[in-house]
Amino acid sequence: MKTIELSINQKVHRIEVDPEMPLLWAIRDIVGLKGTKFGCGQGLCGACTVQLDGQAIRSCQTPVGSITAKQKITTIEGTSRLEKIVQAAWIEHQVPQCGYCQSGQIMSATALLKSNPKPTETDIENYMSGNICRCGTYARIKSAIQTAAKNASKTVKS
Amino acid sequence: MSLESRRSFIKKAGATGLTFWLGLSYVKGASAPVISTAKSLTPFIKIDASGITIFNPNPEMGQGSYQAVASMIAEELEVSLDQITIKNTSGEKEFGAGQWAGGSSTVREGYLTYRKIGASAKEMLVKAASQTWGVSPESCTAKEGKVLHAATNRSLKYEELAEAASLVEIPKEPKLKDPKDFKMLGKAVKRPDIPLKVTGKAEFGIDADVPGMLYSSVERCPVIGGTLKSFDASAAIKVPGVVKVVSAERVIGKYSSTGVAVIAKTYWAAIQGRKALKIDWDTKGFETFNSSDYENKLRALSKEEGILDKQKGSVDLPVNQVVESFYETPMVAHHPLEPMNCTVQVKGKKVEIWTSTQVPVSVTGPGMMGSMPAILGINPEDITLHAGFIGGGFGRRLYFDYIVEAINVAKQVDSPVKVVWSREDTTTQGPFRPMTFSKMTGGLSEKNQLVSFQHKVISPGFMDSAMPNWDKTKLDSMMTEGISSQEYDIPNMKNSFVFADYHVPMAAWRSVTSSTLAFAHECFIDELAHKAQKDPLDFRIDLQSTNTDTKRVLKKLREITNWDKPLPAGKARGVAQWDFFAGLSAQAVEVSLAKNGAVSVDKVYVVIDLGTVVNPDNVKAQVEGAVLMALSAAIHPAITLKNGVVEQKNFDTTPVTRMSEAPEVIVEIITEGTKIKGVGEPGLPPFAPALGNAIFALTKKRLRKLPLEIEFV
Repeated sequence: MKTIELSINQKVHRIEVDPEMPLLWAIRDIVGLKGTKFGCGQGLCGACTVQLDGQAIRSCQTPVGSITAKQKITTIEGTSRLEKIVQAAWIEHQVPQCGYCQSGQIMSATALLKSNPKPTETDIENYMSGNICRCGTYARIKSAIQTAAKNASKTVKS
Repeated sequence: MSLESRRSFIKKAGATGLTFWLGLSYVKGASAPVISTAKSLTPFIKIDASGITIFNPNPEMGQGSYQAVASMIAEELEVSLDQITIKNTSGEKEFGAGQWAGGSSTVREGYLTYRKIGASAKEMLVKAASQTWGVSPESCTAKEGKVLHAATNRSLKYEELAEAASLVEIPKEPKLKDPKDFKMLGKAVKRPDIPLKVTGKAEFGIDADVPGMLYSSVERCPVIGGTLKSFDASAAIKVPGVVKVVSAERVIGKYSSTGVAVIAKTYWAAIQGRKALKIDWDTKGFETFNSSDYENKLRALSKEEGILDKQKGSVDLPVNQVVESFYETPMVAHHPLEPMNCTVQVKGKKVEIWTSTQVPVSVTGPGMMGSMPAILGINPEDITLHAGFIGGGFGRRLYFDYIVEAINVAKQVDSPVKVVWSREDTTTQGPFRPMTFSKMTGGLSEKNQLVSFQHKVISPGFMDSAMPNWDKTKLDSMMTEGISSQEYDIPNMKNSFVFADYHVPMAAWRSVTSSTLAFAHECFIDELAHKAQKDPLDFRIDLQSTNTDTKRVLKKLREITNWDKPLPAGKARGVAQWDFFAGLSAQAVEVSLAKNGAVSVDKVYVVIDLGTVVNPDNVKAQVEGAVLMALSAAIHPAITLKNGVVEQKNFDTTPVTRMSEAPEVIVEIITEGTKIKGVGEPGLPPFAPALGNAIFALTKKRLRKLPLEIEFV
């Protein structure tokens, strides 16, 4: 057991855990933020995606002890400007069905738009193919990312 | 309801504040609401000072019931969705037998009932207002949660009328709105569950958070059919955080098996403890079982006569040309993205459950899928369920084996316990969609007319899996679903079923047996069309003797695909349709050859036939999803057993469709059907045969086995 400081959504949490515990379980069960989901435990489905310093990571594959207090973790409960734009696009295109994968999809999509504000359809497919949606909402996810990209660039200009 | 019992009920309701419950028992498949007695009161609308609540008894698993049920009630009640609170029910007795989701039944079976519930409440509120004002009910109107009297410019909110309305007699035949006046039904209204699902606020079963909760991971016999002999937990209990190690029985249908549950302060510790277990399994001879041997058994059994499903005319009459084919489909897993899980607290006799389930009614008492309390010997009155949003059902969560097991774990500790299955557990432990093999025989006349047809299904059985004493000589009609009800007018027909013994638990998988039988049936129709030298779409249309729904659907498909316009070189398309209990759709799949010779699935046209549509955008979403689920099962490795153990463990070895593989899906909705049909499943069965038929058109290779043995892009 070790005391670890995690900065999640701009709030610092001090937790006592086995440093080998995947970040996923620390976020869900110790910190209590349930929006990040467990899907496969092997980094194959993307349901557990969060951002570490703006980059999408699979929290089920990231030991909590590998993260320093200076690194910024963002989960679906975080409310950045870009994330809100992405969420609004998700509502506009009525993306979710069961919704279980969508936290991970949105965290991946937001990370994509941070590094590539105007992704092509191929960019989106390449980046998002690590996130499984068993309900099959991919076409809507693609449209929503394109809408979000458009709206984000508008907001920047204004 | 008698006035007497109504008053006593109001008194009871009154204890929780000024409350108006509308009681109509929800009878599955009923076309009219049954006015209930207080004893079987099933209230779906609650109006009190805090507002209007509509209860959704059909668990939300992505199919849109959360909105659909609320819309059907709210449309007639004259309230908008943002004026109400929607609550999913949790198997409470007062909400009745309809508390389950499956069979594409929410709108198909509930359309009139839910509307009548809303309409009855509206009439009662209008009557209450008219009595308050001393005017005729006809001079009042209901709108946006208020009753208005235009002549005197007076209005009262529903909340203000609740108490008086609860004393009004429930109308026997409430007047329903003319569909042309609908504000919500038939329109692409935004789903109220979606804002919860894009912000991480929707609570799924796995998100249960009970104070003092422990976590558990269960090691189950890797050989299906095996069970626990003995275990040594001495190393496991030393893992920091591990609290206790217990054995726990899981029951599914006629099968039961005992595993070893490690209970710990964190899920991570439970997993570490589980790795340290030493277990001796009793594999009962199943350790030598291989799927490939079982496939040979099914092939051999195809020579048997079988049990008759349906016969017409005589298939023994001589024909000009006999065509025979043999089709094979595999087991597949459901792969809901939310792994199986259940949280339970046992306090004395009381059992409190938090989980995702498609059958709340069966978890709290006798219902659609049997009675879980009866299996466990628990009094239904002692069970409290908290049913969350479901992170994917697809049929898997019609079975409550994971709840039974979690209760058996929780019984042995004082704290609440959350049992979470790993993805590998969820993939390898079943239940699975059964494999079906099909022996097809067709006869063409000299004029190339299809004059005889036989479909013999060889497979394990749902009923045999579900019941210990199922008579195996009887027809299991779930295994021949749809094969005798296609609208093809063929004078001589004989369909039958050969039962094959099996030891693996079977489960309904989205569109049930139609998901495999349609592949054999509709690919074979295609083979016959080619033998008859006819266009496969026109061949199907010409086999419709009357103006069937199928004919209309196929003609619409012909129109939206520009069927007569040839495709560019290197492209081809195939067609299929399927009409079964859940509904009807027809599809055309467009494929092309990539440079490396692999097949690319480019575009899918779907016509779905509905008697009515609640939310066209959601219908499209459901069809898009059904097509991608069918694509997964058509092109990706299935579930196979080797030495008794499931060979596929996670999404690397049993992949599901990813974004890069998803074709464009074009959906056309027809609402002139002769009856109200379902939405969630009908988009699935025609896809695999339409793809197989497209590949034949492209390559001249007839693929008769799923997953299709050809390289895909």
